[in-house]
Amino acid sequence: MSEGEIVASFVVPVHPHTVLAPEQNPGWSRLRAAMDEAANTIKELEADLLIIYSTTWPSIIGHQLQADPNPEWVMVDHDFHDLGSIHYSFNIDAQFAHAWNQANHERGLQSRCVNYKGFPIDVGSVVALTLLNPDNIIPAVIVSSNVYANRSETTVMAKACLDVVKSTGRKAVAITAMSLSNRMFTEFIEAGDDRIHSLKDDEWNRKILEFLSEGRLEDVGQLSRTIQQQIRVRKVVAFKPMWWLSAMNGNRNDLTGQVLAYEAIHGAGGAVVHLDPTPSGQGDKEYDEDDVEYFHGERGVLDTAETNENGEDIVEAMESKSSGPELWEPTKAEGSVNTESAPKPVGAYPHARRVGDMLFLSGVGPRQPGTNAIPGGPIHDKEGEPMDYDIKAQTHAVVENVRRIVEEAGASMEQIVDVTTFLVDMKRDFAGYNEVWAETLGLVGPTRTTLAIDALPTPIAVEMKVILHLGQ
Amino acid sequence: MGGGKIVAGCLAPHPPHLVYAENPPQNEPVAEGGWEQLRWGYERLRESLADIEYDAIVLLSPHWQTYVGTHFLGLPNFKSLSVDPVFPNLFRYHYDLSIDVDLAKAIHDEAQASGMPVKMMENPDFRVDYGTITTGHLFNPEWDKPLVVLSSNRSTAYYSVEVMQEMMIELGKATRRAIEASGKRVVVLASNSLSHRHFTTESELPEDMSKEHITSHAMHLWDMRMIKYMRDGEAQRILDEMPEFTEQAIAESDGGGLSWLLSTLDVPDYPAILHGYGTIIGTGNAIVEWPCHKHEEENS
Ligand SMILES: [Fe+2]
Repeated sequence: MSEGEIVASFVVPVHPHTVLAPEQNPGWSRLRAAMDEAANTIKELEADLLIIYSTTWPSIIGHQLQADPNPEWVMVDHDFHDLGSIHYSFNIDAQFAHAWNQANHERGLQSRCVNYKGFPIDVGSVVALTLLNPDNIIPAVIVSSNVYANRSETTVMAKACLDVVKSTGRKAVAITAMSLSNRMFTEFIEAGDDRIHSLKDDEWNRKILEFLSEGRLEDVGQLSRTIQQQIRVRKVVAFKPMWWLSAMNGNRNDLTGQVLAYEAIHGAGGAVVHLDPTPSGQGDKEYDEDDVEYFHGERGVLDTAETNENGEDIVEAMESKSSGPELWEPTKAEGSVNTESAPKPVGAYPHARRVGDMLFLSGVGPRQPGTNAIPGGPIHDKEGEPMDYDIKAQTHAVVENVRRIVEEAGASMEQIVDVTTFLVDMKRDFAGYNEVWAETLGLVGPTRTTLAIDALPTPIAVEMKVILHLGQ
Repeated sequence: MGGGKIVAGCLAPHPPHLVYAENPPQNEPVAEGGWEQLRWGYERLRESLADIEYDAIVLLSPHWQTYVGTHFLGLPNFKSLSVDPVFPNLFRYHYDLSIDVDLAKAIHDEAQASGMPVKMMENPDFRVDYGTITTGHLFNPEWDKPLVVLSSNRSTAYYSVEVMQEMMIELGKATRRAIEASGKRVVVLASNSLSHRHFTTESELPEDMSKEHITSHAMHLWDMRMIKYMRDGEAQRILDEMPEFTEQAIAESDGGGLSWLLSTLDVPDYPAILHGYGTIIGTGNAIVEWPCHKHEEENS
């Protein structure tokens, strides 16, 4: 079996007009024609799985996955009930849903499958599946949009999905059911009078579509928070579908994009966009956020608009600050070297000390200066429950902290002559640590000793003791 | 006509957990109890109103969310299965409820005459939201009174709490005028929680009460502050502080139910009766009655 992949992605609108009343407005009928075209493309690609992330299915306890193999009911929109009813009977890949759920748990996410007769499938999913899969041949899976999820949680959830797509060899299509600007007219309008609610919304929508038509999906992902502030009614705390879709495509900026239609639906921005994974040759990868593999901890719902200068959630930063042993100001003595750009010590000692032409560093771990966060995640939570973590990310962070102290001392990494490394789990972590070593300090060439130890004072997996010969 | 009146107004929250915990025959999942404090609160509310005659229940639920105007259920009967999309493990309820379409239309018309966008919902396939069903069940498990159901216009999300509140106060006044003109005796219910920050995990056994508590001290303080105003007959202060409360306690009053209720009651300056308070998956819930009938008797 060859490895599975995402063969196409689509952005599709959520409101029922394209199914129930396309003939009432030329724009709605153009959206409908674009949906039909998308359905054709999906068929031609011989896709064998449709994965829908729907913004109209909110959840609170993590993410929910539809796992009823054949959900059937009649959907009536809460607002547009006078347009009629949509009878649905879908073909859901329950096995995939269960595997995805499992993969979510393995990556630290809250997640569950739902399989209940009469479950109210949301309007966005109903519209997408009705039009993109008209003969119901291709099995589908639907995931909810968690109201509290931040970018890392949404990204990790996409990665869990990709784990299963790959391991099961699927040719999958990723679909987000969403509006661009979601501001509708708050009064009833004649179908013929529909237009985008405001010029500002229209301009933002066109900018988003310009990016997407250039295949710059990750750029739109990074603009999500701004878009949410500019053209989104706060039905939810963030504009998340682009985070998910970007992660489903490896956070790339060089996809091949095509806007099939862009029209108003009762004032909101409705678009059908096709994103082909074929590299277009344009668009640099500019992924500048933590590439999270594993989800840790509480969602920062209370701080949606509040990030500090580094763009981090303030709550998350505060939380990590408050865990672990007390932090000390580095001590001063003859030859001591201390820097604000390295994490604070956990006892009364300096970051480094110079004696003659030798520089001795105190043990350096991966904690981040300022926030005290641990890249790759802590090895256990506050209750001491073990957590999954990324040894490579931790090792990289250690090397980075070493570099900061070395540079503060006016020295260079090339002058490192001896390193002692401490690992709390030699069996699990040696290979990952060794890989990063080879790419970093291995190139410098110090002597090295690696020891397994019982524990370190903070929930980290690796620490290094470094000695430099400064020479001339 | 004329001579209609509101005999009581209640804050009657709708977490599906309460129906789940009670195991009524209409609900599919089975529980080992839970959230008794609140369920006893509902019992006290029902007892308190047991001797009061009324013709209909007028209810606003934040889970029928409309962005375009306020909508009213507009057919005489709705019968189907309601599955909570958030807690489907707890709530799969077979409902069969009747609507006082005349009264619904009367409130609709009155609101329309005041310039509000309104619409009757006349699609027979429409599924009634779980907030309406839960509050409907807990308030009147016999389902022997017709309902009037108003949707929750999401003006808080669109504009602000202040704008929402202005709209809801107008809608409340229109509701009151229509009820008075109808000649009917009516109970008015706002179906919402107070502070509304959920836990993001659910315990293995959802009804495990050892896991139940408010999500934070700040939420508790806000809830107690609001309850104090209710018990002290200071409804105006609730309206005054609604923007801060709604934002800081992430309160479910964002759906407008509480503002609308207080407006239908003409912003009561007499004490409300607190029948119960408790948390549900971390959110704060109070069952509160404004005994209009008693207040009138005492003042006549
Ligand atoms: Fe609710």
